[in-house]
Amino acid sequence: MNMELLLPLIGIPIVVLGFAFKVNPLMVVTTAGLVTGLAVGMDLPTLLETFGEKFMNSRQLASSLLILPVIGLLELNGLKEHAQAWISRIKVASTGRILMLYFVVREISAALGLLSLGGHAQTVRPLLVPMAQGAAVNVHGELPQALQDRIAAHAAACDNIALFFGEDIFIAFGAVLLMSAFLKENGITNVEPLAIGLWAIPTAFCALMIHLFRLARLDARIAMDVAAFRAVGDGARL
Amino acid sequence: MTTLISINLVYYLIGIITMLIAYLSWRDSSNPKRITTALFWFLFGMSFLFGDVMLLYLGKTTSYRIVGFTVLLMAAIAGANLLGAGKRPDDEATTRRRAAARLGNKLFIPALAIPVITVLLAGFGKELQIGSMFLLDQKNLTLASLVIAVAGALTLGQRITGSSPLMAVRESRRLVDAIGWALILPQMLAMLGGVFVAAKTGTSIQAIVNLFIDPDNRFALVLIYCLSMAAFTMIMGNAFAAFPVMTAGIALPFLILQHHANPAPLVAIGMFSGYCGTLMTPMAANFNIVPAALLELKDKYQVIKLQIPTALAVLACNVFLMYFLAFS
Repeated sequence: MNMELLLPLIGIPIVVLGFAFKVNPLMVVTTAGLVTGLAVGMDLPTLLETFGEKFMNSRQLASSLLILPVIGLLELNGLKEHAQAWISRIKVASTGRILMLYFVVREISAALGLLSLGGHAQTVRPLLVPMAQGAAVNVHGELPQALQDRIAAHAAACDNIALFFGEDIFIAFGAVLLMSAFLKENGITNVEPLAIGLWAIPTAFCALMIHLFRLARLDARIAMDVAAFRAVGDGARL
Repeated sequence: MTTLISINLVYYLIGIITMLIAYLSWRDSSNPKRITTALFWFLFGMSFLFGDVMLLYLGKTTSYRIVGFTVLLMAAIAGANLLGAGKRPDDEATTRRRAAARLGNKLFIPALAIPVITVLLAGFGKELQIGSMFLLDQKNLTLASLVIAVAGALTLGQRITGSSPLMAVRESRRLVDAIGWALILPQMLAMLGGVFVAAKTGTSIQAIVNLFIDPDNRFALVLIYCLSMAAFTMIMGNAFAAFPVMTAGIALPFLILQHHANPAPLVAIGMFSGYCGTLMTPMAANFNIVPAALLELKDKYQVIKLQIPTALAVLACNVFLMYFLAFS
């Protein structure tokens, strides 16, 4: 192992330590980029050029900014409050069940290529989170902030996991095309995208089962946490 | 052939929204750090609003350097904790409840319109033309569809609620205040990924992984391929960047050529092992950190923490699935 192989890795401990010590991530990432670049002998102007080029070429990542005005407008007019009220009329709805339903629909629709049906800005924040929280409020009354946060984080995790393990079944998705192109470039020409999509199904099914199992236990866990929180609250009042 | 909703138009729209947010932040007296907050969003908006003009008149090298410099400035503002947020008026909750009672289910219409219109246009709108112009950017169908969906939802929203477009932007500034620096993080990470590629970090990782390889132990090879896909994805924040490096380094020479693995299940499950890594890393900011900020969670790592048990369980499944499916 010589230095030349180790130097390009210098950014990794910077990122790990920076995140661990909760330094502002923008600062961590920029520092890691600067140090890595300088360590492998890039000069500052070239490094700035790389920074600018990659930043400009990934501008589509900021597209959630487009959605915020609509969401802001609807939330000002009580979208969240209404979503909570609406869910309270459905007697069988519980946090776990809502998230399970969303998970299944999201994974299947992603497998069919309908990736934009969900998403954190357009679906999770305005609709899924208030409904999942509202269902718990209906059973337990006002929730402590920590529990509200946990339900919201669960909703975001559902969206990610269902999307990731669903989308690779869809044969026109970028990842599938990337894999078949990679195999072709390396002389393996007899693999169709369809085959890769089909072989994604076993893992997609495992992810579905594993995550549904966790979500199935969520309602009981919420009840336990609410009870524990109340007990502490009562203790404090005594 | 030209396009009506081109990717550049999308960037201009994002730029205009960002500049309005910068202006409103500057005017917000309830924000103790209003000047630096406004400067941050102004710098961010610049690359969207003037990026293409700069490329045209200054050439690539100079434009990229200028943007690179603004990136350093933004990191410095955020790092020095100079990004602030305004206060919301106290009487708002009552207003919201009253509006909710008045508008009822109509509020769902614009919210649902965004995903529905996006999916429909992205699925069936590719060929749509106005005169001799394509309606949607042919290479960025989803993004172009999203613009139309958002415009439609905004129009519907104004009709239903009676609020003005300026109100919408003012509300989005409050959301942006809550999200803060996290909105920029995905692009910063793409930038770091670019530096890692230029520094050939992949080659180094591969060299280290090779130290652990026993070419005759089939199960160990499968295990190392899955784990290194997850680990390198955690470093890069993106499974697509890890896939060619690890597959060319381990899967292709040892598993496919030497042990005659079936390539289709091997790469499909290998890529999924990378996705398990995506679920566990702050480097995949647009999936893990931005949502935490968007949902205004106290702990920005909470989404990742909740994803780790599922990710590890699926990763374990992947090892066995690959071992049994690729060699049957």
